[in-house]
Amino acid sequence: MKAKNASKLTFSTITPNAGLTAAADKSRSDIIGEISASKMKGRGGAGFPTGTKWNLAAAARGNQKYVVCNADEGEPGTFKDRVILLDHADLVFEGMTIAGKAIGSSIGIVYLRGEYTYLVPHLEAILARRREEKLLGKSIMGRNGFDFDIHLHMGSGAYVCGEETALIESLEGHRGEPRNRPPYPVDTGYMGEPTIVNNVETFAWAACIMSKGADWFKAIGTDKSTGLKLFSVSGDCAYPGVYEFPMGITVRKLLESVGAADAKAVQIGGASGHCIPAPEFDRTIAYEDIATGGSIIVFGQGRDMLQIARNFMEFFVEESCGQCTPCRDGNVKLLEGIEMLEMGECSMSYLRELESLGETMQLASKCGLGQSSPNAFLSIVKNFKEEIMGRLP
Amino acid sequence: MLVTERERLRDDIKAWSQTFGTERNALIPILQEVQKKYSNISQYAMQVIADVLDIHPVEVYSVVSFYSFLNDKPKGKYVIRLCQTISCDMQGKDRVARQLENDLGITFGETTPDGKFSLEFANCLGMCDQGPAMLINDQVYTHVTPEKVHDILENIRRTFGVFALETKEGHH
Repeated sequence: MKAKNASKLTFSTITPNAGLTAAADKSRSDIIGEISASKMKGRGGAGFPTGTKWNLAAAARGNQKYVVCNADEGEPGTFKDRVILLDHADLVFEGMTIAGKAIGSSIGIVYLRGEYTYLVPHLEAILARRREEKLLGKSIMGRNGFDFDIHLHMGSGAYVCGEETALIESLEGHRGEPRNRPPYPVDTGYMGEPTIVNNVETFAWAACIMSKGADWFKAIGTDKSTGLKLFSVSGDCAYPGVYEFPMGITVRKLLESVGAADAKAVQIGGASGHCIPAPEFDRTIAYEDIATGGSIIVFGQGRDMLQIARNFMEFFVEESCGQCTPCRDGNVKLLEGIEMLEMGECSMSYLRELESLGETMQLASKCGLGQSSPNAFLSIVKNFKEEIMGRLP
Repeated sequence: MLVTERERLRDDIKAWSQTFGTERNALIPILQEVQKKYSNISQYAMQVIADVLDIHPVEVYSVVSFYSFLNDKPKGKYVIRLCQTISCDMQGKDRVARQLENDLGITFGETTPDGKFSLEFANCLGMCDQGPAMLINDQVYTHVTPEKVHDILENIRRTFGVFALETKEGHH
């Protein structure tokens, strides 16, 4: 089950617990200062600066703050968190412990998707070992007052729980329906207390930054998108698997590295991401151009783009939590539109209506799911009109 | 449900509430345990959980109906979840699906009459580089081909199924 290329990751070269050792003797503001100086943005894909998030939670008042690791990796085409948890779980737990010290929290929770239940014995064994080694529990590394422990909480098969406020609702024992924001979790999170929710990969990089320094991280990537990023590559390519690239890499260079130079199009960011056609392969993967949590799905020359759009829309119709109208009804309408296109029964003016509906959903949906669910449909319609109009059923 | 079964379920839920507590955030962990042991969450189980957590039973039903891994109707001992999302789709999940239906004699959404297997589709299982992928209960299977389906099912039948049980009892 070990992924190809996993051994080449920077995570393999980091001295275990070097970051935690460095953090143990630093003040809270120095830790947050280091993370902020690295300019790292959240590796889940939304791209919120990690240092800023930690700083807000550190400054917030609360009786019991929480560090939550979002391991609800449900975005189609994403599997790098599974590989990280399989091969580098220590680094993730180390990053969470550093975060605990930084924001003043003693409780960490890993929200692990139900589909990854088979990882539980492996993760519990590592947590038990870390407790024995005094890397978790009371007085970590012999430092009085440095208390932090981590427990696992299982998801139960709901994609929307990857959205941080839905995740918190689920942790609290409710349906995974996203909350209105503000308030943000850094003020009112789990059990109404200040909470940071970060992606698995973000915690692992935070541990690396504490070990190797912000300058090392910042020197890689672009000015607005610093550091390295893991990518989950699947679809029509010679070498699927997990890859590590600097932020700012062009789509073309990435595709060449995975053996997919002649791709027709590539879906970046999963079902909620964008479909990039071949003429746009010189664009860069970075928060300032194409932002992504790391899902790369390659479509070869023979693929039917409408069939791909249908698969994505079926996904969203199933996974919409049904709370707000634009998402609950909009996704159904877009799927019906795809069925009309398949039958060759969609007029251009109706297609424009659907595009307009998609734009409304982007604006009016309550959470990231509905705001991004029309992306794939819209980018396929925009770039592949010639292929999808006037079909003969 | 037999009285003894009800008692067993009630004792189990009480025990799990000792582990997870009786606050609202214990609800999903308790439901997951009931699901794991009884392969569904009956109305009776929901009522007992509601009593233990001091919430309305409809609150419990609301949560059960939201999550796809929690269900109020009985399912097979082995729930097969075939990934239907794009990468597995492109790697040939339709043919695997057809073969699963052929070998089990049921269609997706159904349970075999002996209560052993349920067949479902799932969304992305995070095995996109090794598709088509499927879960059987907690266990993941990758690079599944129509040809391998029979062996996978036979293996489960042999290891855990009625044959294994009969052999064991034969030695008594």
